[in-house]
Amino acid sequence: MDWTAFSLSLQLATWTVALLLPMAILIARLLAWGRFRFKSVAESLLLLPLVLPPTVLGFYLLVAFSPQSAFGGAIKSLFGGQLVFSFVGILVASLIINLPFAVQPIQRAFEAIPPNVREAAFVSGLSRWETMRRIELPLAWPGIVSAIALTFAHTLGEFGVILMIGGSIPGETRVLSISIYDSVQAFRLGDAGVMSALLLGFSLGAIAIVHMLARRQRTGTHGT
Amino acid sequence: MAPEAATLAVRLQQAGPIPLDVALDCRPGELLAIIGPSGSGKTTVLRCIAGLYRPHSGRVAVGGEVWLDTEKGVDLPPQARSVGLVFQDYALFPHLSSIDNVRLAMLRHEEPTRSRLAKSLLERVHLEGLEARRPDQLSGGQRQRVAIARALARDPQVLLLDEPFSAVDRMTREPLKEEIAALHRALDIPMLLVTHDLEEALALADRICVLHAGRTLQIGTPDEVRLRPQSALVAQLMGQMNVFPAVVESAHAVRWGPHTLTAANSDAFHTGTSVSVLIPPDAIALVDGEANTGNVLEAILTETKPLADMTQLTVGVGEAQLRFKIGAREAASRKLHVGDALRVHLDPAGIHLMSEN
Repeated sequence: MDWTAFSLSLQLATWTVALLLPMAILIARLLAWGRFRFKSVAESLLLLPLVLPPTVLGFYLLVAFSPQSAFGGAIKSLFGGQLVFSFVGILVASLIINLPFAVQPIQRAFEAIPPNVREAAFVSGLSRWETMRRIELPLAWPGIVSAIALTFAHTLGEFGVILMIGGSIPGETRVLSISIYDSVQAFRLGDAGVMSALLLGFSLGAIAIVHMLARRQRTGTHGT
Repeated sequence: MAPEAATLAVRLQQAGPIPLDVALDCRPGELLAIIGPSGSGKTTVLRCIAGLYRPHSGRVAVGGEVWLDTEKGVDLPPQARSVGLVFQDYALFPHLSSIDNVRLAMLRHEEPTRSRLAKSLLERVHLEGLEARRPDQLSGGQRQRVAIARALARDPQVLLLDEPFSAVDRMTREPLKEEIAALHRALDIPMLLVTHDLEEALALADRICVLHAGRTLQIGTPDEVRLRPQSALVAQLMGQMNVFPAVVESAHAVRWGPHTLTAANSDAFHTGTSVSVLIPPDAIALVDGEANTGNVLEAILTETKPLADMTQLTVGVGEAQLRFKIGAREAASRKLHVGDALRVHLDPAGIHLMSEN
């Protein structure tokens, strides 16, 4: 059992959720209620990580992150470090590939709020910020928890993209899924079995949370 | 209540997408009903007043306070307009109890004042004991009351009610109607009530504004718009059935088919003008024996329809069909049968002439 990899996976998942959630809420809100040009293009682009093979996405990110590219070069000259084969690199990749998992449940939840409930809040004197804090976020809460669960579980299980741009550096980029792969390659099937069971448990837990919340949302019971 | 009761003045104009040509005023303590068929822009008028919809051009002011003036670039957000709006489907906050729904609209008050005021507002709409219930645990009528309490929570200078009866059943409608009548008596602010139900408008309103395709056609007391409509269209929207084409014969007479009728307001038109004549049911009575006054016509009874304590009669006068009501007792004692020959008197003071649209 590779505890370093397990800890790294948890760190990656926690950071991904923490950084992605505020961004996802803003994007979801914009997509749910905003009216702007190229909205459908933006929505399609957002779904791209769902359908693109992880290796293809990983390849493009590898190209973009390499110090020879404009983006990677800029990062290097600004921060001195590089994104490929680093924890920050796999974190940035993780943020990108998890966008649809984080945005979609929240967007659906925002869309389910009747427009006149928001208008009633405005007419009741609530500012836009207060409306978001006291009406929109509580009503979208099941969607937000779904997004957290899905993003967390998906990050723990991410393999292809991380291998492409992070490789397998212990303590830096070797996360649990990569460690499982390495264990199997080295015929340490016992280790692989324990770690796989751990991931399976986390995934089942995430699905259970999403299902429970979806049912609560359908039956119309909301959190207090 | 509001610091100073002031008149609401509304002027709205735009060609599309929702056509609007509206001019109305509502005084403090007055209940103005806006009636019109669905799609006539009634709700849009309320949304313009509340600041939820911006018309191309218009002005909304309450006393000296201007909420919207497109010419001067004034357009206050809903939060800055002292308005209470009761939405057609209530639009309560589904995750909050009824008291929290009301409390949220009084954030400017500190606790515990806020809770105390919210509680007294719920008591005012007779919801004591239901403070902790969420909207999904309340009946339609109770939700409506929470919505009214929430609308009053801001101490609004204007109260707007959008189809308050449309989503409740008939049993709940009467007590709610009483509730709104009581509010009307108690509140010294302009109240606007949007409805497509004539009876509600006639029962509750001080004045009625008839809206059609976004245009205010006529504003007046219920009797004015019902009995003195400015056009055949207004008469039709007010549910009047007895509207017929006629020609002005003299200052006091109008020719309707083969009949010459004495009519009070024919002097408003030149002789020979084609007009529409309204013969309201209130102006029609059955007469017995040989009547020696004018405006008595021979008619054939074509239909009788019992309506609780009244009976609606339809009689054929030449080509035209006249509808009016008599008391159910009178109908029974007269032993009326379809096909009977009757004589009807049309009251000259009730007969009303209108331009032909």
